[in-house]
Amino acid sequence: MNVLAYLIPISLILGGLGLLGFLYTLKSRQYDDPEGDSRRILSDTWDDYPKDD
Amino acid sequence: MTTVTTNTAVACPGCLAGPVDPIDAPSKDARILLSLPTVHCQACIAKVERALNSYLGVTSARVNLTLKRAMIEAAPEVETGTLIDLLADEGFEAHELDAGALSETTTRTAGRDLLMRLAVAGFASMNVMLLSVAVWSGAEDATRDLFHWISAAIALPAISFSAQPFFVNAWHALRVGRLNMDVPISLAIVLALVTSLWETWLSGHHAYFDAALTLTFFLLAGRWLDARARSAARSAAEELTALEVPRALRWSENGPVEVAVSELQVGDRVLVRPGARAPVDGEVVNGQSEVDRALLTGETLPERRCPGDMISAGEVNLTGPLTLRATAVGQDTSLQRMAALVTIAESGRSRYTSLADRAAKLYAPGVHILSALAFIGWLIWSGDMRVSLNIAAAVLIITCPCALGLAVPAVTTAASGRLFGQGLLIKSATALERLAEVDTVVFDKTGTLTTGKPQLTNWDDLQAQQKAVAYALALGSQHPLSLAIVEMARAQGCEQVQLSDTSEIPGFGVEASFGSEKVRMGRPDWIGVVSDGDEICTALQVGGAAPILLTFTDTARLGADQLLTALKDQGFDVVLLSGDRTAAVEAFADALGIDEWHASMLPQEKAEFVAELGDQGRRVLMVGDGLNDTAALASAHVSISPAQALDAARAASDMVLLGQTLSPIADAVAVARQATRRIRENFQIATLYNVIAVPLAVAGMATPLIAALAMSTSSISVSLNALRIGGRR
Repeated sequence: MNVLAYLIPISLILGGLGLLGFLYTLKSRQYDDPEGDSRRILSDTWDDYPKDD
Repeated sequence: MTTVTTNTAVACPGCLAGPVDPIDAPSKDARILLSLPTVHCQACIAKVERALNSYLGVTSARVNLTLKRAMIEAAPEVETGTLIDLLADEGFEAHELDAGALSETTTRTAGRDLLMRLAVAGFASMNVMLLSVAVWSGAEDATRDLFHWISAAIALPAISFSAQPFFVNAWHALRVGRLNMDVPISLAIVLALVTSLWETWLSGHHAYFDAALTLTFFLLAGRWLDARARSAARSAAEELTALEVPRALRWSENGPVEVAVSELQVGDRVLVRPGARAPVDGEVVNGQSEVDRALLTGETLPERRCPGDMISAGEVNLTGPLTLRATAVGQDTSLQRMAALVTIAESGRSRYTSLADRAAKLYAPGVHILSALAFIGWLIWSGDMRVSLNIAAAVLIITCPCALGLAVPAVTTAASGRLFGQGLLIKSATALERLAEVDTVVFDKTGTLTTGKPQLTNWDDLQAQQKAVAYALALGSQHPLSLAIVEMARAQGCEQVQLSDTSEIPGFGVEASFGSEKVRMGRPDWIGVVSDGDEICTALQVGGAAPILLTFTDTARLGADQLLTALKDQGFDVVLLSGDRTAAVEAFADALGIDEWHASMLPQEKAEFVAELGDQGRRVLMVGDGLNDTAALASAHVSISPAQALDAARAASDMVLLGQTLSPIADAVAVARQATRRIRENFQIATLYNVIAVPLAVAGMATPLIAALAMSTSSISVSLNALRIGGRR
């Protein structure tokens, strides 16, 4: 059962990473325009060269 | 601040009246908001963004397809009007939005905050649930204790963060000595945590960390759904308001200057252009014109205004430019005083308690008594404090209103999403429940059942030459009757003759020379004809020939006929209340088959009529658009106004009809009834689960496994039941 000492922290950390990732997307307002974002991926405007800001 | 004013396209006839001219934004790197009702695909996004970004002075432009808006960062010298024209060239309709009226921050951050708490609760409950599964499947001794401790370490911080909304609400209610749904929720969560910690400390068998967390998760999901539906409705309602940018033209030494309406003061001279709405109450000092009072009184016949006459804020100037000396501004205008009536009428409605509140009122004390009884009973019978406390916690968790918390928001979200798809915006949280109880429907006439636009009735009586002259004369004027003539002539493919010296005489009509003859069209008394005064009409005179009358009627709005038939088939009482003249109302009521109608109603009388129906125990749905309907809208059980209505009327009503057609109303009643039925069903489902699980809990047989099962299955079945509304389209 000693394997638990590794497995539990690992699973918690992995889950926590997922949570942090979600919180990051939330903070950076990635859910403000779900419909637009799902369409933007279909546009080929920046396919050949990246957008320079 | 210069004023280059071209009347750009606007979203609705109601806004057509207001000055929509862009004003230079004062801030540096102005944030311009444009509403783009026609964008719908990735090609549109790309096109709009390319067009805007390539314009000199625009730093960045981004389209939000969900909100159908473009957000533009631009240098101060960029004028909104030019951007709108730019988009018009690309084939997109664009309207300026008043960024100040869109308080995006409050509703949206609330939703984001709930979502964050929901994510934390979800993460924690998943992990704790995994550990619990190990315990349920037989982990023992040291392993079980370890798992319980880890669960505690996850659950305590997670709950103290994500359950905060419930704790705060419960505390607010308790402080004023009341009970709400959040009190039993908070108590259950806290008690579950405390007993579980105690059990863990003593190496006990049962810990309820998973139950406390799933409870928080499900309840937060309900809150979040609720917040999302409400913020969608609110942002759409705010957008309607933001479309009417309140500006006025004030005379200064170097001509009229555009200022915000709030800056106007008593005594200012204000220019009201034809087509614009008067921003203040005032006396006409210069100019002659006709004004349309339909939104204020429901009267369809335009009235003449000469120097010395009074004009109220909200009246629409039709023909010639008018200069007013402001006699009342801002809060003192008749428009605002009317809004005060609304506040009085609204106080009556706030007495409505929603189904959820009524359920909570029964439920909250019941749960507390039950769990207290279980605790005392077990304490007396076994004398063991630890066991009794465990039982009490189990009872609270099992009965806790997971499903109840989801029952209402899940249904209202599904139903309002469906109605929104049909063009009906639900502003008030309890509007659907109230709509379901309606048995009487009261309509306003002008602008609600009718389009508010006159239509020519006797065009075919005219000779070809008269038609051609009337068409040519009408082309030179923006008067609604002229527009109606032009529309009819275009539709029939009428020829037009060449006129010279066309001039519009504000307040009277249009005259011109046709070859050697003089032609005139305008008010009957100006031409010298007597009209019976009951119909909207205009007179036409060609040369020395006898003048003829062109008559107009107000046409029924799209879907009005079907709506009334549908309502009568479903057994509703339909009443028509109008501020218009008796003859016009009677003719219209006959045409649509409305038996009960009242004409020449003052705003106060309308409100009293509706209130009286309410006192007789009837549930009234009021549909109206004008300022004269505002008080009636507010005193009705539930109310709907079209998007073209005045801001005040929209603010007073519970629902806003976004499209041109009235037909969604009948469907809305059906959906509302269905939704209320679903809510009741959901309460029954939740109760059923409680009836099964509570005896187990009281008997001390509710293990954490049973608690988790009961909670999840009831929540899921309630959500699925709610989704049936959205699915059946």
